Amino acid sequence: MNVLHHIPSTAQQRRTAYRRRQTVRSVLVAATSTAALGTLLVLAVTGAPGWDRVRESFLDPAIARDALPAVLSGLWLNVRLLVCCAAGALLLGLVIALLRTLRGPVFFPVRALAAGYTYTFRGLPLIIVLYVLTLGVPGLRLQGMPPVLVLGGLALVLTYGGYLAEVFRAGIESIHPSQLAAARSLGLTYRQTMRHVVLPQAVRRVAPPLLNDVVALQKDVGLVSLAGPIDAVRAAQIATAETFNYTPYILAGVLFVLLAIPLIAVTDWVTLRSARRRSGG
Amino acid sequence: MVRSSRTVALTAATAALVAVAGCAPQEDPTPSSTASAGASACTKDSLPTRTPGKLTIATDEPAYEPWFRENKPESGEGFEAAVAYAVAEKLGYAREDVTWTRVKFDAAIAPGPKAFDFDINQFSITEERKRAVDFSAPYYLVRQTVIALKSSKIAGRTSLAELRDAKLGAQVGTTSYQAITDVIKPSVAPQVYNSNDDAKKALQNGQIDGLVVDLPTAFYITGAEITDATIVGQVPQVGTPEAFGLLLDKDSPLTRCVSDAVGQLSEAGTLKQLEQKWLAQVAGAAELT
Repeated sequence: MNVLHHIPSTAQQRRTAYRRRQTVRSVLVAATSTAALGTLLVLAVTGAPGWDRVRESFLDPAIARDALPAVLSGLWLNVRLLVCCAAGALLLGLVIALLRTLRGPVFFPVRALAAGYTYTFRGLPLIIVLYVLTLGVPGLRLQGMPPVLVLGGLALVLTYGGYLAEVFRAGIESIHPSQLAAARSLGLTYRQTMRHVVLPQAVRRVAPPLLNDVVALQKDVGLVSLAGPIDAVRAAQIATAETFNYTPYILAGVLFVLLAIPLIAVTDWVTLRSARRRSGG
Repeated sequence: MVRSSRTVALTAATAALVAVAGCAPQEDPTPSSTASAGASACTKDSLPTRTPGKLTIATDEPAYEPWFRENKPESGEGFEAAVAYAVAEKLGYAREDVTWTRVKFDAAIAPGPKAFDFDINQFSITEERKRAVDFSAPYYLVRQTVIALKSSKIAGRTSLAELRDAKLGAQVGTTSYQAITDVIKPSVAPQVYNSNDDAKKALQNGQIDGLVVDLPTAFYITGAEITDATIVGQVPQVGTPEAFGLLLDKDSPLTRCVSDAVGQLSEAGTLKQLEQKWLAQVAGAAELT
């Protein structure tokens, strides 16, 4: 009750008033400088001698409207591929990381294979993996050859699995050895230690870089289009070729950013949360 | 010495001036007078060909099927050989007045003196080339063509309707892709490739039933690159087709007459008939309807 009747001292009131003034002032300064920079940028771009031509060939609303259905149906392919490939690559990455961190001389060949895989597929350009899998492998003409989308997805999973495996491994190796020793001394098996002690901490720790790789994957899934399927960027390319106007590319770019925003927001949120937890907040 | 050479030059200049003013030069090099002479009539007697009374026509060595047969343009067999003789006839030259010469493709489109009256060698008419050489009116508008492996389900089909269920492919941003979406309109989504090389690989792998390319490319692919592929047929004209023209020397006095002859052959339907005979029937690129 006393709190309600508490009246701050004059010194405190002055301090509060000063802080408020400072806040208002800094907001005003920020707004003014942002407006100034914005105006300058707009003037510099729209005042450029070629602005009209650029606006015509990159920002034509009528062409964007015409291209929208095709680009959207292409984007749907991107989304489906992203979901499947992200799941596949995360799983593969985790498995490879676990294999690479196995202890004991008997597992040397497994470790060597896993290491060889991460070295190869992180070094190999994605486009070459795609070519080999989507245009090379079907040439074998084997029975039950999966469709080109599956093969393309496999190429993406193989390439991104390499990156994600190294991220997972970094997470696993960041868990202090004392944790392992403690778990083993409690009688947990290696597998139980991994499952209940190491991985829960490791995955949480590397969640931001993992999601970051998934955001990158989102842009790369469209490369499957080199084997025939039409993704958002390819649809934009076709529309551009028909009209000789680049607006469809801008449209596809905007859609990609919109698609990435939720994922990026989740990444930021996870990063923030893990930072707070670690600082004991 | 100085004075005398100057005098000679002066005299020569005066003589030239008089000759031009006199308007009766036997060997006037300016093209305007020959062009005006040619403008009057396009007949064998008045045409300033390389050898008067003869028409020198060039093509590449070797000349490929189905544009020429067995590398023998003088037989008049093959589409371009037949067109060349039809133009010659239109200009009033008999078969024996035509002499053939061989000029490499790149040499023909380069600027510089030409050893022929006109050259016929699947030259696409482009603005860039027009700066170096002259072209006649187009004698052929390139058609899009469906090719397939001989083992494919669509090999041997004869109508556009029969291609509705086919999985077709084409290079991105080409008239070929337009032919699929605007003319054939298959129910299966078409496949698009960065280049014809990728598309050919997909065709070989059996990932697509058919590939759409332009007719000259179709002849090359089925004849030389993928020999177990065959031409299914030509698709009706779509978009802005590539046009083949007869090539002449830049500002040649013959350009107008040759171009008019091609135009007349086109209007009379002769070119269409030759295309039917040599490309559709003999070369086996049937027209899909």
